[in-house]
Amino acid sequence: MRTADQTLDEILTLAAAHFKMPREKLSPDADFFKALGIDSLQTLDLLTRLENHFHVELPDYELQGVTDFRTLAGKIQGRL
Amino acid sequence: MLDLRQYTCLGAALRDALDRFSSEVCLIEAERDREKVRLTYSDFKEIALPLARALEDADYDAGDRAAIIMTNQSKWLISAYAIFYCGGVLVPLDYKLTAAEHLQLLAHSKAKVLIVEYHLWRAIMESPNFQKIATKIVLVTEAPLGVELAGAFRWEDFKRKGAPDFVMRQKDDVACIVYSSGTGGRPKGCVLTHENYLEQCRALTAWYPFWPGVRYLSILPTNHAIDFMVGFIGPFVCGACVVHLRTLRPEFVRDAFVRYRITYVSLVPMIVKNLERGLRAKFDELPSWQRAFLNAMIATNRLLTRKRPNVKLSRMLLPNVHRGFGGEVLALITGGAFMEPSTMQFFYDLGIPVANGYGLTEAGTALTLNDLKPFRADTVGKPLPGVELRILNPDADGVGEVAVRSKTVMSHYLDDPELTLETIVDGWLLTGDLGRFERGGHLQLLGRKKNMIVTPGGKNIYPEDIETVFDGLPVKECTVFAANYVWAKKELGRESLVLVLRLEQNQKFDGKLLEDISARNRRLPDFKRVGGYLIWEKDFPRTASMKIKRQALAEEIGKSANREAIVGL
Repeated sequence: MRTADQTLDEILTLAAAHFKMPREKLSPDADFFKALGIDSLQTLDLLTRLENHFHVELPDYELQGVTDFRTLAGKIQGRL
Repeated sequence: MLDLRQYTCLGAALRDALDRFSSEVCLIEAERDREKVRLTYSDFKEIALPLARALEDADYDAGDRAAIIMTNQSKWLISAYAIFYCGGVLVPLDYKLTAAEHLQLLAHSKAKVLIVEYHLWRAIMESPNFQKIATKIVLVTEAPLGVELAGAFRWEDFKRKGAPDFVMRQKDDVACIVYSSGTGGRPKGCVLTHENYLEQCRALTAWYPFWPGVRYLSILPTNHAIDFMVGFIGPFVCGACVVHLRTLRPEFVRDAFVRYRITYVSLVPMIVKNLERGLRAKFDELPSWQRAFLNAMIATNRLLTRKRPNVKLSRMLLPNVHRGFGGEVLALITGGAFMEPSTMQFFYDLGIPVANGYGLTEAGTALTLNDLKPFRADTVGKPLPGVELRILNPDADGVGEVAVRSKTVMSHYLDDPELTLETIVDGWLLTGDLGRFERGGHLQLLGRKKNMIVTPGGKNIYPEDIETVFDGLPVKECTVFAANYVWAKKELGRESLVLVLRLEQNQKFDGKLLEDISARNRRLPDFKRVGGYLIWEKDFPRTASMKIKRQALAEEIGKSANREAIVGL
């Protein structure tokens, strides 16, 4: 079982790789729309990749209003 | 379909539809690729009536208001029908609003009943103003067993045996209160009557009919006027089927088209544009000979359907494209924001017409719609049957404020007689939108009333008209404002347009981008050119239907940046 910190770290690594960003430029509390420069449709794409990686399913409503990596990690951790 | 002229209220029309089409499937609900609910009209009735009876037993009376805050799902429509059955007034609220905004609108509407999904109710319960909620009966859907609901009932348990009393309403009775905007301070609750909806439904289905077997994919929020009409009332009075997908993930939406052989879907222009990008990328991946063949088939289709669509022919010419959409699509319905003509033409050439329309909450779902006789990508279509449009104070180019008179126009704004008087003048609703009539009676929209400039030569220039020149600019998003709209000036003359740019993350404004902007600007006649640009650091605020909130953006820019920040071109 991953720790919450491990989950967060994996999310940051995956997001950086997917959007070709330097990993060190992403911080846990960063707004991922701004940090990655992505729109809502691209965010859905990222979420699908995260779900596949962690083998969880996040309903759309769970993610409404979630904009930073740490909160997103918490939602995923809660379903691991 | 039912003959809606015989009805005085939505409840009666829906009641008859449930009986007439009893064995037809009316609702399918899927969670991603898993189907959760499939109901016939008869099943729908069996679930809705015990709910209506329970509401009546809880002293929910004719004329009482009931709010719904839910994502698109079967319980939304079942609840709405139960409310209409009791003679109630439906208040559909946008589920994307914050809990504080929900509480504000619940208070403003004085809703006696609230029907809400559990995750949304949880947010409302956690709101600092929760204790002030005056709603008497709250029904929460999908609440886990044993959780604290602060006095609310579980929707699934809120039912009573015994036939409820159907309450007939008259045409001028209120059916819905729909908020068009105003959570910022002055809620604009549009009071719409049963006649408004019945007339709108008749007009829309005359041009875009539903029938048993038609499947409508409901993606736009049902609280929105478009989905409420074409994702509920329209299909139901015709015996068609509504498909709800509990996710908006693109891969499942694509899958739903094929799985459920969708006939119609309503999409905001941004999503249609996204679909176009995806298809173009796929086309570009084809080997050159296949691409050449596809281009030839598209050109042939365009030629053979130039007067009107011919779906059978298009499906034969472009079978793979149509199979990707499930093979049954008749049209993509869109509206609510500016739609690029090139995008509409792209889909039309593939044999998938985009039914572009224009409407506003105050006047029902749609005032104009493309009737495809023939298809035109440069307008928002013709007035629907029963809709009278006028251009007020037209200028030399025939452009003026669009005014509408129709049985679909709302009764008034809730508790705001002053705003009602300003908006409905001598029976005509002033839309605040600027437009002109084109050949063939098509309406062309050219912007909003106040976001405009007048050139020294007396020409009126509308930012929305010229910003299409900047479509495809390699930035995250951009828009054009009249500078005086952003930084209010009480003087005439020296008016100019400003291009507001939101760059991509880590994007630098470089010489190449500047040259691109300048080149595009030069394509415009000199009197229409943008005077300068402004780099804006935040995402543009958008409405639930992804329209740019121009006024909010202009206010934000006006407060945070000086006019001197504009860099001249």
